[in-house]
Amino acid sequence: MEDKSKKYMNSYLAGILIGVFMVLAYYFSGEGLGASGAMKSIVVASVDAVNHDYASNASFFQARVGGEHSAAKTWLVFEVLGVIVGAIISAAFAGRLKLEIGKSPKITNKKRLIAALIGGALFGIGSQLGRGCTSGLVMSGMGVLSLSGFVGLVGIFGGGYVIAYFFRKLWI
Amino acid sequence: MGPLFPQELISEEINILIGFFIGIGFGFLLEAAGFTNTRKLAGVFYGYDFVVLRVFFSAAITSAILLFFLNHFGVMDISLTFYPTTYWIPTLIGGFIMAFGFLIGGFCPGTGVCAAVTGKIDGIVFILGAIIGIFGYAFSFDLLWKDLRSTGNMGQVNIADWMGISDGVFILILTIFAAIAFYIVAIVQKKVVASTNYKL
Repeated sequence: MEDKSKKYMNSYLAGILIGVFMVLAYYFSGEGLGASGAMKSIVVASVDAVNHDYASNASFFQARVGGEHSAAKTWLVFEVLGVIVGAIISAAFAGRLKLEIGKSPKITNKKRLIAALIGGALFGIGSQLGRGCTSGLVMSGMGVLSLSGFVGLVGIFGGGYVIAYFFRKLWI
Repeated sequence: MGPLFPQELISEEINILIGFFIGIGFGFLLEAAGFTNTRKLAGVFYGYDFVVLRVFFSAAITSAILLFFLNHFGVMDISLTFYPTTYWIPTLIGGFIMAFGFLIGGFCPGTGVCAAVTGKIDGIVFILGAIIGIFGYAFSFDLLWKDLRSTGNMGQVNIADWMGISDGVFILILTIFAAIAFYIVAIVQKKVVASTNYKL
């Protein structure tokens, strides 16, 4: 563990620099850093492409397709494209670009991947209901002292500590 | 004075380009901090690795302090940003659903994207799951979520106003709280790692 983790950046430094990028995002574009919103855009765009009539009438899609062009949503998609590029650059420099499955050695690959799929689906649902994920709702919300960010913090992290015991076998 | 784009001081093309470059910085730092490693992330809930807590609170406090001063000295008007509206009921319930998502899936959307594109197969599957989840949510929106999602609307609430204290005092309390947390988790991490022979 020691030799591997040494290659990671200092946590506090990484956090401070992420904070600086968040301030830049607010200063230039008036919004925080996000991730789940871009995934929603993918879903909306693909449903709209397959069945425009449905998308124009079902209430989830209705507000998000059609005439109204949303600069904020376009921004978020490009921001996440940047995240992809940035992560690849960092991993390439650190020699971490390789195909692998991250998991506890005590569980099988199959179990890990099934859990990842279920967990991803729950996170997708929760981020839509909660109006954002760990980045867009909680971290960026906390940066501008929005109450919603702190409510999200209690939900995700507070909730996480409450239920962690039941999922310990996946991790330890 | 900022924010620039909401006041139309920069064009949409420039704004998108800036978003792309800010994203590069964000993605680079998430990867560099170790956020593509699912076991490092989950460690925050089991005491063997608190990288999530350290990065997360450092980022939130740094931006809160910087934005406080930028706002105070008139460099930027926070009220002109796309300030979030608080819907406390769906956000609390959604947050709790995300807690399950995190403990079962081992990522959040941002870290999952970084993991997926750097070759972590579990990250790819997590993102696939997230997109399936959003599809499921979208198609069951009218039936299950529509009414719940707009309950608990409190408007654009600043937590310091809500608590009846000034922004500066709140940020000070938050910073002290984080410093104590950083100190305590360092001790916890050392003890847990020593007692469980944890290997990453």
